Amino acid sequence: MRDRVLNCGYVALVDSAPLIIAKELGFAADEGLSLNLLRQPSWAALRDLLSLGHLDVAHMLSPMPAAMSLGLSGAAVQIDAPLVMSANGTVLAASLALTGRLKSFGWRSGDTSPHSVVKALGRLLDSPLRVGVPFPHSMHRLLFEYLVQGLPSDARAQLTVVTMPPSLMADAVDRGEIDLFCVGEPWGTVATNSGVAELILPNNAIWAHAPEKVLGMARHWHERNDEACGAIMRAVCRACQWLDQPQNRPLASEILARSEHLDLPDQAIDPALTGRLLPGFGQKPWEISNFLKFHGEATTFPWRSQGAWIGAGLSALYDLDAATATHQAAECFRPDLYRRHLEKLHQDMPGASAKVEGALTDPRAVPSTRGQMILGPDAFFDGKTFEFDLQE
Amino acid sequence: MDQDFKIVVVETDRDRALQIVDALKDEGWRNIVVLGDATGLARKLDELNPDLVLIDLEDPNRDILEQVSTASDPQSRPVAMFVDRSDDEMTQAAMAAGLSAYVVGAPKPDRVRSVLKTAIARFQVMSQMRRELALAKQALVDRKTIDRAKGIVMRAKGVSEEQAYELLRKSAMSQNRKVIDVANALLTASDLLS
Repeated sequence: MRDRVLNCGYVALVDSAPLIIAKELGFAADEGLSLNLLRQPSWAALRDLLSLGHLDVAHMLSPMPAAMSLGLSGAAVQIDAPLVMSANGTVLAASLALTGRLKSFGWRSGDTSPHSVVKALGRLLDSPLRVGVPFPHSMHRLLFEYLVQGLPSDARAQLTVVTMPPSLMADAVDRGEIDLFCVGEPWGTVATNSGVAELILPNNAIWAHAPEKVLGMARHWHERNDEACGAIMRAVCRACQWLDQPQNRPLASEILARSEHLDLPDQAIDPALTGRLLPGFGQKPWEISNFLKFHGEATTFPWRSQGAWIGAGLSALYDLDAATATHQAAECFRPDLYRRHLEKLHQDMPGASAKVEGALTDPRAVPSTRGQMILGPDAFFDGKTFEFDLQE
Repeated sequence: MDQDFKIVVVETDRDRALQIVDALKDEGWRNIVVLGDATGLARKLDELNPDLVLIDLEDPNRDILEQVSTASDPQSRPVAMFVDRSDDEMTQAAMAAGLSAYVVGAPKPDRVRSVLKTAIARFQVMSQMRRELALAKQALVDRKTIDRAKGIVMRAKGVSEEQAYELLRKSAMSQNRKVIDVANALLTASDLLS
C-alpha cells in the first residue's frame, strides 16, 4: 500500500523539530505517512493555507487555533490542537540601549528574575517603548502581557506591542524600531550574536510550563480523516520522545540545520536544545532547565486548562466576553483525541484533562492511566494560579 | 475609474513592484503607492490609509500586516483579509498566484475584484518568470560543479574531458543517482582530502 501524503506547514524555528524528525527518522513512514514539509514565510501565510485546505496539519503557535476559531485571525475556521509539540523555548530580549537604561534602574545582567525586570521596567516607563512579538496571537505576546499586567496603567500605556517576523527582529532592533522583543530560538541567539541585543529572561521564568507550539488541524479535516489524524499524532509524539533524549541532540541539530529545513548553522540551533544560552557578549551562559521541552511530564498532553488560559488572555486583549472565549479556546485543545489516538503507543497519560495552571512549584506525582506520573513545575512568576471549571 | 481608490503595493523588489504598478495603471488605476521598505510598515499604512493592500504571499512582512488587521482600537478602520470565504474562487486563484490582499475599510467589492483580477494575472506571469530564473540559475551552478568535478577526474586519472564526463555518468548510473549529485560528492571529498 502506498503511503498517505500529508501536507504539513511549519515556520523555520527550532521547535518545528518534531515534524522534521518525524519525517527524517521514519516515524511518519512507520505510520504509513509520507510528510510533505512546506516551510512557510509567515504565520499569516500558514494560517491561510491551513484554512483553505492547502495544508492538512501545521506547526502552530499555541494561541492560533483559538484565535482562528474565535474569528480573530482571518476567516473563522474551527481549528483543533490534539497534541502539544513543545513547551517553552522562547526568550525576552532588549536592545543594548534599553539594557543600559534597565541597569541604571537597578536591573543587572544575568538577573533572570521577572520581578527585577518588571520593577526596572516600571521605573523607566515614563517614555514609550516598543515591544516586538512574532505574531499578534502568540504565547510570546500573552506571556509579555502577563509579565507587565501588574504595572500601573499609565506605565502600561507607554508600551506598544508590534508584530515583527522573527528573522527580522535583530534588524528591527538595530534600526531602533523596537526596544524589547519576545522571540523563539534561534532568533534570540542570532540577535545576541549580531551584537545588537541582550537576553533578559527565558520566558519560562514567567510561566514555568507554557504550551508553545501545537500540532494544529481543521476540525472538519480530522473529522473526515480520523486515521490520518491518529497516524500523524503518533508520528509526531514519537519524534517528541526522541528529541527529549539528550544523546540525540547532536543528530537533531545536524538534521535541523540542513538547508531544506531551517537552513542555519548548528551553533544557532544547539542553545535551544541544550538550554545553554549566551545572554550577551562576554557574559556567563544561562543554564536553563526545561528551556525547550518536547516530551515527558505530559508535555505533549493538550490540557483543556492550557487552552482556557489562552482564551482568557485573548479575551482580555480583544475585549471579548471572558467566559465564552475561555470556553471556546478550551474546546480547541483536544485531550479526547490524544487519549484515543495515542493509546497505541502505550504511553502514560494524566487521569484528568484539566489542572489548576500554576499550582506546581515543584515536580509532583498525579494520578495517571497507569497509576501515577510526575508533572513538572508549572508556576507563574507571581505565584497566582488559574483555575478552569471543566464542563464535560 | 475611481481616483479615490488607493492601492498600496508592498514589494521590496523594485522590478516586481514596477511590473505590478504598470499592470494596474494599464487598467486605469492611478492612485497607487509602493512601499519598498518594510521599516515602519504598520505606521506608514496607517498614514496612507489605503483601500486595498497587495503583498506577496512569500513576503515575511505579511505578519506585520496582521497586526494592522487585528488592531483592537475601535476608532481604527477595520482591515479584513481578503480570505473571507465570500469569494472562494478568487481567493484560491490569488493564493495559487502567490498573492495576498488586505481590504481596508468599507468594502467596495467591484473595485476590489477588478484590482485583484489584474494583480492575479500579473503575479501569475511573475511567478512563472521567477521559477524559470531559479531553474536557469541552478543549471548554471550545476554546470560549474560538473566542470570542476570533470577537472578533478581528468587530473587524477589522466583522461580526456570526454572520458572524465563518461566516468562521472557511469558512476551516477550505477548508483542510481544524478550526475550533479556524484559531482557534488566528489568535490566535497576532494575538498576534505586536499
